[in-house]
Amino acid sequence: MGDRLLEVRNLSVDFHTSQGTVHAVRDVSWHLDRGETLAILGESGSGKSVSASAILNLIDMPPGEITSGEILFENRNLFEMTAEDRRQLNGHRIAMIFQDPLSHLNPVYSVGFQIAETMTAHGVSRAQTRARTIELLKRVGIPDAETKVDAYPHQFSGGQRQRIMIAMALALKPDILIADEPTTALDVTVQAQILALLEELQQETGMGLLLITHDLGVVAEVADRVVVMNSGQIVETGTARDVYHNPTHPYTKKLIAAIPGNGAMATPLDTGIKPILEISGLTKHYAAFVALDQVSLTVLPGESVAIVGESGSGKSTLAKTVLRLEEATSGAALFEGRDLVTMSPKELFHTRRDIQMVFQDPTQSLNPRMTIFDIIAEAFVIHPEILAKPHWKARVSQLLEQVGLKPEHMYRYPHQFSGGQRQRIAIARALALEPKLIVCDEAVSALDVSIQAQVLALLTGLQNELGLSYLFIAHDLPLVRDFAHRVIVMKSGKIVEQGPVQQIFEAPREAYTRNLIAASLSPDPEIQASRRMARHDLQEAAS
Amino acid sequence: MLNFLGKRAIASGISLVGLVLLVFFLSRLTGDPTGLYLPLDASEESRMQFREIHGLNDPLIVQFFSYMGDLIRFDFGDSIRRSEPAIDVVLRAFAWTLQLGTLTMMLVVSCAIVVGSLAAFHVGGIFDRIATFFSLIGASAPDFWVAIVAIVIFSVTLGWVPTSGTGSVAHWILPIAVLFIRPFGLIVQIVRGSMITALSSAYVKTARAKGIKNRAIIFVHALRNAMLPVITVVGDQAAALLNGAVVVETIFGFPGVGKLMIDSILQRDFTVVMAAIMVTATAIFVMNLLIDILYSILDPRIRY
Repeated sequence: MGDRLLEVRNLSVDFHTSQGTVHAVRDVSWHLDRGETLAILGESGSGKSVSASAILNLIDMPPGEITSGEILFENRNLFEMTAEDRRQLNGHRIAMIFQDPLSHLNPVYSVGFQIAETMTAHGVSRAQTRARTIELLKRVGIPDAETKVDAYPHQFSGGQRQRIMIAMALALKPDILIADEPTTALDVTVQAQILALLEELQQETGMGLLLITHDLGVVAEVADRVVVMNSGQIVETGTARDVYHNPTHPYTKKLIAAIPGNGAMATPLDTGIKPILEISGLTKHYAAFVALDQVSLTVLPGESVAIVGESGSGKSTLAKTVLRLEEATSGAALFEGRDLVTMSPKELFHTRRDIQMVFQDPTQSLNPRMTIFDIIAEAFVIHPEILAKPHWKARVSQLLEQVGLKPEHMYRYPHQFSGGQRQRIAIARALALEPKLIVCDEAVSALDVSIQAQVLALLTGLQNELGLSYLFIAHDLPLVRDFAHRVIVMKSGKIVEQGPVQQIFEAPREAYTRNLIAASLSPDPEIQASRRMARHDLQEAAS
Repeated sequence: MLNFLGKRAIASGISLVGLVLLVFFLSRLTGDPTGLYLPLDASEESRMQFREIHGLNDPLIVQFFSYMGDLIRFDFGDSIRRSEPAIDVVLRAFAWTLQLGTLTMMLVVSCAIVVGSLAAFHVGGIFDRIATFFSLIGASAPDFWVAIVAIVIFSVTLGWVPTSGTGSVAHWILPIAVLFIRPFGLIVQIVRGSMITALSSAYVKTARAKGIKNRAIIFVHALRNAMLPVITVVGDQAAALLNGAVVVETIFGFPGVGKLMIDSILQRDFTVVMAAIMVTATAIFVMNLLIDILYSILDPRIRY
């Protein structure tokens, strides 16, 4: 160590908004050495991305304002350099990759053009760029690079797009690579591949890697040191092992305690009882594409059944088909003995009361122009037999209390709540109809870890209280481990494996399930190191 | 792509037949076409003769099919006032309108893109405020009034350019300038709005992080993405010009298709009116096709 690349000293950044000034980061100091991986860990709103944006001059001023501090790159203060000098550093000496590679790649230019542009912008002649671009694409593992160089971003998969972003960032062999949530939008198996690639490239080039993440598993996988941020301030700094095993700050302790995957696993329910939902041979075709292929499963009353799988595995299609938001091609879905697939619209209308859905993104699933009261009471407008109008207000109050919100907030609008609170509102809306089954489609995936834990605890509490059943769709295995009674693993529209949660996690039968579990990240750096070994062995065995 | 073009051509062909049907039968609905084609004081004898020559005594359906047959041979009949084929008269005027429209739109688009993009780059800056102010005025200025004021100032008072007619480069200046104002104002607004969205997008952030120069960020990364909504409006405005800028052409005595149509209606030169409608309709169809092609060139995600 000792070869100091970058040092942030006492940085404070404010954002002046119409609602007042937000202190995004306050008095933040950290440093990055050559060949080192530093992770900045924090939940949404912690200010973890702000210092990285300040390094690359990406903060719009106004509304942003750097109120104090300095950033030293090779002992030169970036804030004292001209805009042109800083432009020359960007992409050349310091490069960055982002969370969502689809929106961060320009849709109308070929990937080859966008990679070559990094080079031409820093003085490399166009003639030299093509060969180097193809070489870079090969290096990051894009197959058939000679022809794919002329393809457009939308023609690649999510993981390949992130590889392309990495190729673009590494075109000029930067000294520092900043990765802002580089794997958050990706499937677990792809996440493991991308992190491995970053690590390999770091060893090749000796660059300093600054990783911004909310995921302690990612930290455990790759980071040497970690900086924990909360509300714009650094609360803890140390090696990844130290911080995980001996957290000193209460916030870090809380964060680590909230991580799913360490709790007791649920024992399976008695299978003697009659299932509430019985799906058999459910199939859905989109033209020639088979989204669901002969899927059969059951859900018992009071049971949580998790469906896990990577994107494109058909797990969301399954939920939509059961709810008749999509029509099944064939098969049956018996809800309390009546087939949802062939039900008449009138029957369906009444049955819908019993099956409710909670969606992934509460910002989009709540009407922004309706108050919370209107959103929840709409259930009674549609199904007036549930409750007479004079009782609506009392019932909405009761529901809000049940999900841990204040009844006096019922006349507020969705934007006045945080992400976690909005998801509680969505749950209250589902509960208003007194359903027997709730389908949760990635219902907690968009939430911070500590909020995730709260929402899951809420769902479990409601299950105990009301005897609800959950069909819980998720891609996050540790989350499922703590929550579900039974787990169903899906791949390419088919069920690969299903069984009690303990069997799936401790004795998975199928190689696909084993891969999935090996690819998921544990927050414990030691466990992560051993998983990395296991993954390596699996790969060896495969090849 | 060829498949798409074929489908569009067939669809447009059907619309054109619909248009012919509409125009043909509407003109017959107004009563005896001799009233439309012949002067008011024509004798009954000449009317009879006219009906005989043009087959107006035949059943309507027979007349329609013989008219369609003529159309397919590109024969719209002779202009009654000019005793030459109506299509020749229309095409001559259309050539003028096409030049006027193309020149104007080229100027409008290039100026609006530069002004709108620069305004979007520093939202709320002094350039943005000036551009927004004048583009709003431009978008809402009535062109007949602007045309007359421009003639009074630049032709009559200052004597810099001729008041009307054609013949020299100077004759083009005022018509283009007046036609320029409204679409320019409108398109600056669209470019600005669309560029603000594009400049705040994630891929522009990536470009900044890559160290791309500001000029390339605006005119390479943001602009091409921002052009898609702009093209729709440009197409709309260009269609209006192709239809003949009736008011401006009339005020400046410009021999385009708009002025021809007004004159022909006043002179009851019905064959010319029919031919003009068909020619401009075809031109608008071709232009829409060009816009669709342009869309797919600009955005690789659009494939027909």
